[in-house]
Amino acid sequence: MFLLFVVATLAITFVSARKNTGSSAYFAAGRSITAWQNGLAVAGDYMSAASFLGIAGMIACFGFDGFMYSVGFLVAYLTVLYVVAEPLRNSGKYTMADVLAYRLKPRPVRAMASLNTLCVSLFYMIAQMVGAGVLIQKLMHDIPFMQETMGYNLSVCGVGVMMIIYVVFGGMLATTWVQIIKAILLISGSLFLSILVLRKFDYSFVQFFDAITQIKMTAADGQQVVKNFLDPGMKFKNPWESVSLGAALLFGTAGLPHILIRFYTVPDAKTARSSVVWAMWIIGGFYIMTTFFGFGAAALIGPDVTNPNPNMSAPMLAQLLGGEFFFAFICAVAFATILAVVAGLTISASTSFAHDFYSNVIHHGKEPRPGMEVKVARITAFSIGALSIVLAILLGPKVNVAFLVGLAFAVAASANLPAIIFSVFWKRFNTTGALFGLGGGLVSSLGLILVSPVGMFGKEGAWFPLENPGIVSIPLGFLFAIIGTMLGGREANAEAKFDELSVRSHTGLGAEKASSH
Amino acid sequence: MNPTREPNWSSIAAMPEFQALLRAKRRFVIPCCVFFTLYYLAFLILVGWHAGLLSKPVLGKVNGAYLFALSQFFMTWIMAYIYMYKANQFDKAAADLLRKAGL
Repeated sequence: MFLLFVVATLAITFVSARKNTGSSAYFAAGRSITAWQNGLAVAGDYMSAASFLGIAGMIACFGFDGFMYSVGFLVAYLTVLYVVAEPLRNSGKYTMADVLAYRLKPRPVRAMASLNTLCVSLFYMIAQMVGAGVLIQKLMHDIPFMQETMGYNLSVCGVGVMMIIYVVFGGMLATTWVQIIKAILLISGSLFLSILVLRKFDYSFVQFFDAITQIKMTAADGQQVVKNFLDPGMKFKNPWESVSLGAALLFGTAGLPHILIRFYTVPDAKTARSSVVWAMWIIGGFYIMTTFFGFGAAALIGPDVTNPNPNMSAPMLAQLLGGEFFFAFICAVAFATILAVVAGLTISASTSFAHDFYSNVIHHGKEPRPGMEVKVARITAFSIGALSIVLAILLGPKVNVAFLVGLAFAVAASANLPAIIFSVFWKRFNTTGALFGLGGGLVSSLGLILVSPVGMFGKEGAWFPLENPGIVSIPLGFLFAIIGTMLGGREANAEAKFDELSVRSHTGLGAEKASSH
Repeated sequence: MNPTREPNWSSIAAMPEFQALLRAKRRFVIPCCVFFTLYYLAFLILVGWHAGLLSKPVLGKVNGAYLFALSQFFMTWIMAYIYMYKANQFDKAAADLLRKAGL
């Protein structure tokens, strides 16, 4: 099952490698992707291991509070659709920094934006790699040496090498197709799993919901209790925690570089828009299904069994309901999910480095020789892949995956979103404001996480009570951007070009067109 | 992009049609954003501080919390549909004003 996916995707990589001619092809798939394809790819990029394994596990252990993640992940797409997708597509070329650099001083802004992109991608990526390492280790537990650290290290290396191959050779086109295949696999796998769960309850919603309102579990004091898993409050004891997480999700998605970069692969803003709507149908459908396989795992397997290994709830449920073959299929889907997301992250990070940092910061916006930008991107993809393998191994299988993903969302929301919104909608916004917003958002979100209960001082030494900094760091990010703008004085050039940016982003005049092959 | 000459951005920006388009977009986008943010926030706040209220069974054994969560999905899809509908109108207005500007 694994091998089939690997062989198929390598074939795609090979075919796309031959089609890749020039920057637009490598970075933006020649802007040739259609709306439903891109919708699937956006959905594929978004439904990571955290969604499939993580949310299923969270619902299986904490009931309704786990389902709140599902809600937040979908509603967040409204911000993407209403605020960022179209202006971005209309006024950029390959990366989020293109929009910022449009009317601001390009070099400092691009350098900073590129740093943020690298940070967000790296956090997100390490989380996925750690997840992959643990998953494969669990899958191959029959092989004796896989039990030990060695097994985890090998698994991480395996995923890393695969993804480097996709990105270095295949570029955006191969990565997009890998995403599409994976999204289809994931949706059909979840659908099948949900149907199997419902079959257990004679296809009756009434029976299904009856079962999950009375789930037997062992409480912390060792007593047998019956819990209603639809009741909120099993995970988030502090309501501020869920509000803060919700804010990070709602505003973070619109600042995630690997999602934003997808809007450059389509021919125009109209396609970008309908691809977001496609993605919303797919993602929404998927998250509604987490009801069945998440709560289903709680009802059929029971929280006592899933608790030690929450991330394995969905595969365990598949094993129970569909036997060994279905178990292998679901594991392969989970693996494909991780692989595809990691590849998507790598390409967004390497595009940003090559296009923003190498071409525009070091070489003042000109490629020194044709083809250099792509070459640099390939080298970056290779280095980032290697770096994340090393970091994932150093951090080890015990690191909290949700913590790393939380970091990524918080940084994206607090650092990237204010700069994007202000540069498109606020005439007075200037370079100092962008640098303050990007930098201040990055520092405040990272800083707050470091002193939070999941940070470096542990639960007792934490100065900041919430695990997710969103509710404080997002307003801070906007505030920094405003203060910076006020301090920086008026920037005549930036204000003069506001008309151009505004006409471009609202009418699509002069937007990058599809290349003609 | 193959312009024989760079379009005159500021004269397009100054066109009354363009200003009207911007105003119409703002009148539509801002209230919508406020609405979905508040609707989602209301969900978080009710779940966080009034969990007891939402724990009451509403439909069979299904409680208010789950139904409210489910309603967020439908809210999102409906808002997406509304946006698509409005955006097509904005596209037409944008195309019209560009034609008028001779582009």
